[in-house]
Amino acid sequence: MNRFLLPLSIFIVVLVFLGIGLKLNPREIPSPLVGKAAPDFSQPQLLEPTKVFSPADMKGKVWLLNFWASWCSGCKTEHPVLMDLAKSGEVPIYGMDYKDQRDEAMTWLSRWGNPYPVVGVDDAGRVGINYGVYGVPETYVIDKQGVIQYKQIGPLDPETVEKKIIPLVKQLEAQ
Amino acid sequence: MNIKWIALIGLLFLSGPVWAGEARPLTDDPASEARLKHLAVELRCLVCQNQTLADSNAPLAEDLRREVREMIAKNMSDQEIIEFLTARYGDFVLYRPPLKASTTLLWVGPFLLVIVGATALIITLRRRAGKVVDVPVTEDEHRRVEQLLAEGGKRP
Repeated sequence: MNRFLLPLSIFIVVLVFLGIGLKLNPREIPSPLVGKAAPDFSQPQLLEPTKVFSPADMKGKVWLLNFWASWCSGCKTEHPVLMDLAKSGEVPIYGMDYKDQRDEAMTWLSRWGNPYPVVGVDDAGRVGINYGVYGVPETYVIDKQGVIQYKQIGPLDPETVEKKIIPLVKQLEAQ
Repeated sequence: MNIKWIALIGLLFLSGPVWAGEARPLTDDPASEARLKHLAVELRCLVCQNQTLADSNAPLAEDLRREVREMIAKNMSDQEIIEFLTARYGDFVLYRPPLKASTTLLWVGPFLLVIVGATALIITLRRRAGKVVDVPVTEDEHRRVEQLLAEGGKRP
């Protein structure tokens, strides 16, 4: 009996480690940008190309920056969640149309609805690189001082919005 | 008829490079191309995580190669380029992560496992050596063994 105890315990330890490994999502890479100032940019706006969208305009507000694209299927999944959040008025969601075609993005917004007050255009994906985006959708919570407080990799779901985003936004707004 | 076939085969060979889609040279300047290659094999593509930035055809990898190429053109050092990328994507972009508090297990783990394994092996072998006892063989058994061996030799 004792003979099997040691191998069995080693096996269980290995099993636990593998189990933890299975539950980890390899897509969720901790962002080094959380806690740092949101990278600056000034990009043309999607709906009014002559106007510019820049995070400097957002100083003093808590806001979300959502990278999306009309070609991205995760964005379609996320879209109703963003619509609901925008409707609730808890926090403004600003969009960044990532490596997309302008007309397709416009069609997308007019077909499914537009949760964004302003959408910037990141044609070449450079803003995305500065924000460490590696797959849309990704969403950043930015505080009044322009510091990134949270990064959501992949689509937002109602649970994340309710349990993470809204409490965080409320806490940041109280500051 | 024959000529037609030869011409057809010839055409197939000619068309090879068209569909093969060879990777285009990364830059025009061979020196910066070499630098880009040297850097890109050390960097991970974040979309196809087991491919290097050099291997991957993901759009993000293309964009990042473009960024690296521009930084090379700006005469930035390898160190600066790697800092640019880790500031945005974290140590995960490096195939050789730096030794830090958070990566100690990663670096020390394999050695630790070897030490644990070797110790366990030595302990087991020693214990086993203690258990091995010489068994005396009697005259009769000797004869029987020889007889059996001799019989075995005769078998086809």
